[in-house]
Amino acid sequence: MMQERVASSRIGWFTAAIGTTVTIAIVAAIVGFVWLPSLQTDAELHGIWDTICSAAGLIQNRAAHAPVVQADYPTTRVELAPQMLEGASAESIGRGATLALRCTMCHGARGLSEANSPNLAGEFPETIYKELMDFKTGARVSAVMAVMVPSLSDQDMRDLAAYYAYLPRPSDAAVGEPPPIVESGAPLRGIAPCGACHGEIGHKTGAAWLEGEPEPYLRAQLDDFASGARHNDIDGQMRNIVRRMTPQEIEAASRFYGGRS
Amino acid sequence: MFNSRHMILAHLWFAFASFGVALLLGEWQMFTRSPLSAWISNPEWYYRSVTAHGTTMAYVLPTLVAMGFGYFVTEKSLMRPLIGLHWAWLGFALVAIGTVTAIVPVALGLATVLYTFYPPLVGNAFYYIGVVLIVVGSWIWVALMSVNMARWKQDNPGAAVPFPMFATVAGSYLWGWTAVGAAIELLFQIIPVALGLRSTIDAGLTRVFFSWTLHAIVYFWLIPTYIAYYTIVPRAIGGRLFSDQMGRIAFVLFLVVAMPIGVHHLYEDPEVGSGFKFMHTVFTGLVTVPTLLTVFTICASVEIAGRLRGGKGAFGWLTALPWRNPTMLAVAFSFVMLGFGGAGGLINMSYQLDTTIHNTQWVTGHFHLIYGGAIVIMYFVIAYDIWPHLTGRALDCVGLIRWQLWLWFVGMIVLTFPWHYVGILGMPRRMAFYDYANPALAGDAASVVMSVIGGAILVVSGVLFLTVLLRGQTAPRAEPGLYRFSVPARPPRTVPVALNGFGLWLSLMVGLTIVNYAFPIVNILMTPGAAVPAVMVGTRR
Repeated sequence: MMQERVASSRIGWFTAAIGTTVTIAIVAAIVGFVWLPSLQTDAELHGIWDTICSAAGLIQNRAAHAPVVQADYPTTRVELAPQMLEGASAESIGRGATLALRCTMCHGARGLSEANSPNLAGEFPETIYKELMDFKTGARVSAVMAVMVPSLSDQDMRDLAAYYAYLPRPSDAAVGEPPPIVESGAPLRGIAPCGACHGEIGHKTGAAWLEGEPEPYLRAQLDDFASGARHNDIDGQMRNIVRRMTPQEIEAASRFYGGRS
Repeated sequence: MFNSRHMILAHLWFAFASFGVALLLGEWQMFTRSPLSAWISNPEWYYRSVTAHGTTMAYVLPTLVAMGFGYFVTEKSLMRPLIGLHWAWLGFALVAIGTVTAIVPVALGLATVLYTFYPPLVGNAFYYIGVVLIVVGSWIWVALMSVNMARWKQDNPGAAVPFPMFATVAGSYLWGWTAVGAAIELLFQIIPVALGLRSTIDAGLTRVFFSWTLHAIVYFWLIPTYIAYYTIVPRAIGGRLFSDQMGRIAFVLFLVVAMPIGVHHLYEDPEVGSGFKFMHTVFTGLVTVPTLLTVFTICASVEIAGRLRGGKGAFGWLTALPWRNPTMLAVAFSFVMLGFGGAGGLINMSYQLDTTIHNTQWVTGHFHLIYGGAIVIMYFVIAYDIWPHLTGRALDCVGLIRWQLWLWFVGMIVLTFPWHYVGILGMPRRMAFYDYANPALAGDAASVVMSVIGGAILVVSGVLFLTVLLRGQTAPRAEPGLYRFSVPARPPRTVPVALNGFGLWLSLMVGLTIVNYAFPIVNILMTPGAAVPAVMVGTRR
């Protein structure tokens, strides 16, 4: 490669480069922040400053213009994070065991129900904690649980969660192949596989361990989600899924998880 | 004895061996979600493969090719030994260790997050740490490119930096700055959650930071290809470079306009305001300027070759071109794929048109055509061109090389055209399972099978590529002679000082990044309650 020399003129390039860039940026900003938003007939913008703020992405308090729609029933107020109840102390588990004495009539002496109530042994602690909180706030409705929870403190619920999570699960030996709804979901109807949140494929915080739960209980819960009678699922996730499931799929999923006991 | 040739060969062999494995994974993915294969039942395996394929193809292959080729260009264009050989080995070691550190958790199913991370999905910390090591290793290269150019300028006052070196340094600066976005995302957002120090993550903010990296990284992948267009192609086909200065302008324009455009990946994200989306659209549109300058310059350079070979008239020079020359073939294939891919890109960058193809297989088809096609085919050319100079052995299997390039071109077209088509039909991307028995999807089946065939052709081409390199490594020794870059048709007497350094262009790059990114980032940071609980990868018993 031959040796080329460097010309000394810098000022022309400097002016042209900066000038062109700044001009393009300013024109783009005027079009993007003022002109285009002003053409939006459906946006309620008041004056140029409001238009610019809206295009900049500022979240503004528009309560006066668009009231926030509130559900006319209590919704869950629990916020779950991964690992939030991990590493419970022996003391917490012991306290939970004592508190759980009042639960044994339905949920069994060791968390395994003989009355088609949910098996709680080995359930994820944050799942138990969330359901107890929801029973207490009324987000989840149950005539039986409604009288059990009012006296429970936050720590009581954490202790109960720790105790039941500590107990050994029923055996989860597989009974037959998982049905398509559990394994693959129904993508064309926007249904993720059950196993993507409830185990085997993946686990999402708050989703319950279902294997070995009583089949009638599972079917009843799915029916209640579908009808909206149960509505403590965060962001309506389960309601949105079950509404799109066929009765056969509800039956197949309940039988599959209920049969693994 | 470690020398720069061994060091560059280490980069390229690691890059191409990883590429070979990732290529097989890609084809397995195509096959397993096609109607030709029974469903594997567990999507986890599919996503593991996608994560490994993407991580290798997007981070490992192009980074190592850019680094290895960059070191080669430094020595050959500055005509003196590389400064910082030990540092270069350290950079390579970090990339290699980072690759292994990242891929092991992916293989174990602990980090099935795909290469774009997808927060609030969070996997094993070692995956992200591995990616950070790859980036840190490449930053050593960025520093070495800068140091080598600066020292050469010191030793050659008043002389213009050779064009190949100037272009390489431009690419390194672009990478150095664009990688900052993903590095911030990993170090301050994702890794603390992966290590269990925090349990929530601001998904909108992480996506904005990733977009900072996500688009300019494509130009970082592209720059070795563009350097090959300008500095290898005209010489290899017996022509002259039409304009040295046009090349310099193209590369500095990439520095300026490749950065402030990443939000066009976030058109559907509510966290960024529509005004900023429009600003990013405008600058995305401006990227066509350096690309069209390059297309013009290279076409003109090729025309010079045709006319020097006796071609006459408006089109006669085309038939006079050395079409049996692998470089000639590759650049033609590359331009065809760049043309189709670029046309598709115009749809991706349009706020309204994008909504029709957003998150569909169109997008996957698009980036495979541009990157896997137009860009990677020139990586092959780079390897073939510099291999004899690295191994000291002849690379004389030209027939095999032609087959390899033809198969890559045909395979990539057969892979990606049906992919675009099913995307227009609405087939979503990032899905492991498609029920082709459903009437709504049955129409996609034939196109997906065509893509599987295209992928199989690419695997054959990949095997041929590695075979050629291996044969080059074992051929009899031969003196390759002096390595030469293209020479300009009309060597400029002087190079403007603005095109001999990067101060002005780096200032514009950083300035535009601030203009287009600072407010959206601060706005999200100031928004209360924007963090959401992380979603940890994997099942739990």
